[in-house]
Amino acid sequence: MTRSQLFVYGLRDSVPMIVGVAPFGIIYGTLASVAGLSLWQALGMSMLVYAGSAQFIAISLLSAGTGAAVILFTTLIVNLRHVLYSASLQPFIAHLPQTWRIPLAFGLTDETFAVVQRRYLAHGAGNHGQWYHAGVALALYLCWISSSLLGVLFGQAMPSLADWGLDFAMLATFIGIVVPLLRNFPQVAAALVAGAVAVVCHGLPYKLGLLAAAMAGIVVGVVLERRTQPAVAGEGV
Amino acid sequence: MQTWLLILGMALITFSVRYSLFAWPNLRFAPLVLQGLHYVPTAVLTAIVVPGMLLPDGEHLALRLDNAYLLAGLGAIMIAAVTRHLLATIGGGFVLFFLLRWAFGQLPL
Repeated sequence: MTRSQLFVYGLRDSVPMIVGVAPFGIIYGTLASVAGLSLWQALGMSMLVYAGSAQFIAISLLSAGTGAAVILFTTLIVNLRHVLYSASLQPFIAHLPQTWRIPLAFGLTDETFAVVQRRYLAHGAGNHGQWYHAGVALALYLCWISSSLLGVLFGQAMPSLADWGLDFAMLATFIGIVVPLLRNFPQVAAALVAGAVAVVCHGLPYKLGLLAAAMAGIVVGVVLERRTQPAVAGEGV
Repeated sequence: MQTWLLILGMALITFSVRYSLFAWPNLRFAPLVLQGLHYVPTAVLTAIVVPGMLLPDGEHLALRLDNAYLLAGLGAIMIAAVTRHLLATIGGGFVLFFLLRWAFGQLPL
């Protein structure tokens, strides 16, 4: 297959994901503009950070008057899951020069990972497999930016949206991500412990309650997993 | 200006995390670390969601029947458990949330 064919296939396979990404982008843009970010700041965050969950949280922390250090720290914790993606795609991009690896790493979102991994697992990297990857990454990046822009314009047109409680969108989104992950006892226990610790520790400064809750959930999950299935512990993604 | 610095900082952190294993193709993490990473999304996102439902103002426990964040959140959890569909969860949760807030007279209409 030629490079341009692969690139077009990448664009095409991104279409189902666009249906999911666009609403997030619109809600993000609306929340950002209601929170007081200018059009360029809200759009700049989508262009440069390009991480939906982290952007949602940053906006809600900004509205609550949280300091920058805490927001940066929270960004790190929320994005840690991307290390997993990076690890599982590593074998397929290892042969590429840095000029390819840098942009592909920049575009490594949940959705890009989902589409690209499917392809790599079925066909391997092959010749020019990176062009497929590039098509997916570009399509989803442009979708995120344009839907963010739509959201910002919507928010600017209706400033009264600030009192509507649009921040619930973030909760619903995270619920929709987490609940399907709760497929076994260690995952359920990790969620219950993390939720309980987060409520008990919510009064701690610098969002340390979030860190404590995350650490507690991770430790409980790992300990329980090792206890129930020690033989397969630690196998890939 | 401060907002732009924050955005640049967030961009740097996000990129570093994603680039980590692309930068050094031979780098591997210990099995324990990879195992722990599997629980990161569950632990982090739940630690954000539960206080968001129980303490909507960020300070006071609101275990009340007029707390739309709590009720609609529970509804969204049920929708997610049954459908396992992200957009259905967001859409259904959102509709439920606004219906409840409308019923409780909490919308600025």
